[in-house]
Amino acid sequence: MKDEGLNLIHILLLFSSLSLLSIGGGNTVIPEMQHKSVGAYGWLTDKQFADVFAISQAAPGPSVLLVTIIGYKAAGLLGALLATVAMILPAAALVFLVSRMWNRAADSPLRHAIERGFAPLTVGLVLASGYVMSHAADHDWRAYILTGVCTVICTATKTNPLFVVGGASFVGWLGWI
Amino acid sequence: MIPTSTTSSVPEPSLAELAWTFNHIALASFGGGLSAWSREVVVVEKKWMSDEEFLSALTMCRILPGANQINMAVFVGSKFRGMAGACAACFGLTFMPVVIVLAMSVAYFKFNDVPAMQNTLKGAAAGAVALTFSMAIKTGRKCLTGVIPALLLVATFVMNGVLHWPLFGVLAIVAPPALLWAWPKGARS
Repeated sequence: MKDEGLNLIHILLLFSSLSLLSIGGGNTVIPEMQHKSVGAYGWLTDKQFADVFAISQAAPGPSVLLVTIIGYKAAGLLGALLATVAMILPAAALVFLVSRMWNRAADSPLRHAIERGFAPLTVGLVLASGYVMSHAADHDWRAYILTGVCTVICTATKTNPLFVVGGASFVGWLGWI
Repeated sequence: MIPTSTTSSVPEPSLAELAWTFNHIALASFGGGLSAWSREVVVVEKKWMSDEEFLSALTMCRILPGANQINMAVFVGSKFRGMAGACAACFGLTFMPVVIVLAMSVAYFKFNDVPAMQNTLKGAAAGAVALTFSMAIKTGRKCLTGVIPALLLVATFVMNGVLHWPLFGVLAIVAPPALLWAWPKGARS
């Protein structure tokens, strides 16, 4: 029990600091997260970390919920909730302040410049993340064909994306990729 | 197309609608592709933001610490309903996924194996990547209005995606020329 209390404190300190350090998205602090939760605190093994990472990537919702699983392993349900809140709250509070400034600056030239100027940059970044995602995982030629077909369907038709992802899952379930 | 970001012809969503909508976005995104899903729902379906407003918010959400999509939920929620809206959207985005992830991890630590869904998830991931590419194509068509934005887009893609340069380094290079190019010419300020 004493251990669990200590774990809760470690969870709170670790994830609330990682929250503010996760500049560029949750994935940027994963090495540090692994270092601490596997090496320093021994909450999980290396293999377990890799597996729960895979679970968090595939599960619906933000992949940062990896921390929910780590918190659960370290200190049960309470640990899971604490880890989740600690990881989300500090960064979200900061974003909230920025978004208020943003909404107040509706007519400033800087905001207009950012909205127009950042659009091509963002598209470039989105393209890059699709490219990186397709290189990660075990994407072989069959998966590339599936991705290609789905891209054409999503782009050229008005098919509900849920059917596209559902269909792709079905193809996977059949063992074709 | 110069959408003025303040025009919102759609009625402002209630807290419940914000939470429900982000819950819907989160659950649809199994296999990944959360950004593409956000755009699909926030811009295309609900028309809560223009494409430009969404894209610029997305990049700011990437620069700021925190998970990009949680940040996006805070951004959209606070736009309409302030702090309560940010909380509602954030809660909607994370509540069900937390329950699902917990259920999956309980099963994992019990059976010591990733639930036997590997193939299905591989398929879903392929679909999610497709969704992401398709978002890049659809939004790319709109913002590629000339040579300069095209160059900016390609440069960003190559540096971040192909060369794996860190986000901040890439933005330090491409953001200044992008802002210079996009700065409103005299008229209104």
